[in-house]
Amino acid sequence: MGRHFACSVFALPRSAPFETLIFLDLPALSAVFARFLSNIKNWVRQMAEPALSIRGLTKVYGNGFQALKGIDLDVAEGDFFALLGPNGAGKSTTLGVVSSLVQKTGGSVSVFGIDIDRDFAKAKYHLGVVPQEFNFNQFEKVEDIVLTQAGYYGMPMREAKPRAEQLLRDLGLWDKRKGSARMLSGGMKRRLMIARALIHRPRLLILDEPTAGVDIELRRSMWEFMKRINREGTTIILTTHYLEEAESLCRNIAIINHGDIVQNTSVRDLLAQLNTETFLLDLAHPVETAPTLEGFSVERVDATQLALSVERGQRLNDAFAQLSAQGFEIVSMRNRANRLEEMFVSMVEHANAESGRSTDKVEVRS
Amino acid sequence: MNAWQTWIALWTLVTKEVRRYMRIWPQTLLPPSITMTMYFIIFGNLIGSRIGPMDDIPYIDYIVPGLIMMAVITNSYSNVASSFFSNKFQRSVEEMMVSPMPNWVILGGFVVGGASRGLAVGLIVTVVSMFFTDLSIHHPLVTIGVVIMTALLFSIGGFINALVAHKFDDISIVPIFVLTPLTYLGGVFYSIHMLPNFWQGVSMINPILYMVNAFRYGILGVSDIPVGGALVAIAVFIVVFFMVGLWMLERGKGIRS
Repeated sequence: MGRHFACSVFALPRSAPFETLIFLDLPALSAVFARFLSNIKNWVRQMAEPALSIRGLTKVYGNGFQALKGIDLDVAEGDFFALLGPNGAGKSTTLGVVSSLVQKTGGSVSVFGIDIDRDFAKAKYHLGVVPQEFNFNQFEKVEDIVLTQAGYYGMPMREAKPRAEQLLRDLGLWDKRKGSARMLSGGMKRRLMIARALIHRPRLLILDEPTAGVDIELRRSMWEFMKRINREGTTIILTTHYLEEAESLCRNIAIINHGDIVQNTSVRDLLAQLNTETFLLDLAHPVETAPTLEGFSVERVDATQLALSVERGQRLNDAFAQLSAQGFEIVSMRNRANRLEEMFVSMVEHANAESGRSTDKVEVRS
Repeated sequence: MNAWQTWIALWTLVTKEVRRYMRIWPQTLLPPSITMTMYFIIFGNLIGSRIGPMDDIPYIDYIVPGLIMMAVITNSYSNVASSFFSNKFQRSVEEMMVSPMPNWVILGGFVVGGASRGLAVGLIVTVVSMFFTDLSIHHPLVTIGVVIMTALLFSIGGFINALVAHKFDDISIVPIFVLTPLTYLGGVFYSIHMLPNFWQGVSMINPILYMVNAFRYGILGVSDIPVGGALVAIAVFIVVFFMVGLWMLERGKGIRS
């Protein structure tokens, strides 16, 4: 084993006599050392390659619509990355180019350092794709759909079967494996697509709105699964309309609007930019009008609920002290909306206002 | 993909296609056998006995190769056309597109799968024909070679049709308005020597005439055309169609936006 390792590091043939590894003259030793350094450098470079690197990506559809206007994007290996944007912003087009479903007009895309223009087949081994729409044969058996996908990647059946069993069990589909895919519920169909995308152990998983139309309980169990595979080393890129999903799952985020990246940062930094948060206060007794608080903005939502806006630097204690002094009794309190959602809407509206576009397409769900 | 992985991918696609038409055998394998039985009863037994021999061969024996070939052509074509278009329609073609499978494997998998249905139906029709006539094969190699090549050629044709089709109607236009007339006019039921010179000349530009006659030569030992030329022509068509199908896949025609 040590001999194999030494041969591998010094890029020597396995059959090289052992003496060549020990009794080397100086020039030979320096050549071997240079080779060693070069190998280490290659390994480091490979390890440092981003999972996804996009440069100047453009896409103009046949009808002349420019979906992408030269976007740049990097997703580091191991990241849980959110790609957000309103409908028609270019999210699915971007992911479509990466997964070969859409032909790019210009720019370059690399997956773990592999340029898709040079060797797309090699890049595809590292990719798993869960699209927005169901895209499997509804009349096939659940198990067959997953195993067939394994076959497309050249996985032998003896390797694919246990892997499929593990994934179907993990995703709660094992009992349904012999049934036709059309008999599955919407949530199960989504999980089936996740199992199918993971069958060949991709290093980068692309999830295009994976929890759309899935109930809250199931959505949370899917989040746990996604967090687990991310912890195990799979890089995940997620597009979603549920911004709570992006906030609780993702470390980094890019917001795309009208084919441009308008923000690309960490979720933490993005949230730090928020100046105002709104809290909903449930009152013990009904009120006719909203109270006036010094330094705070308060609105009456209904008879037993107030909306309190708190700017950065302000203390909630001050607001509560004033409310107590005025005889208001607070029973409970929560955020009015997801924080990221507020930020997202504000950014997209701001970008639209700058470009003179309508904002009626901004759609978020929480 | 290395050679072993490529083989696994091709085998997966072929078995998937076979599984598909076996699963729906009442739609894929049963109807041709019933239709052909009707042909044998009506054209062979009832009407055939009044028509008399064709090229000195009893009429029912004469039409057997043509009917087998007709079944092979329509089933090879329609299997790939409907299967690949269904994959497009249900978007399950994306399963293949995101995988590292080379395009020639995708094309080859569908074509071999479709040809296998054409050959399976051809075999069923052959077995049915044995109830009506004593079938003997004069040139087994020619027979097998022609039927396999024809099945492959029309499977590729069905694939190209499905690639350019936008709706289900688009995959039924060619079989109804092109394949069926060409097959009927391709000498399935008659010898072109019965036709006036002008229509004999017109018949010679029908490619299906060559396939039916080459196959008839394999089974009965008689043909209206030179068999060697027919085999070369079919082979050339297979290569050209395959290259066209591959080029369309590479360009993403009908499947990539």
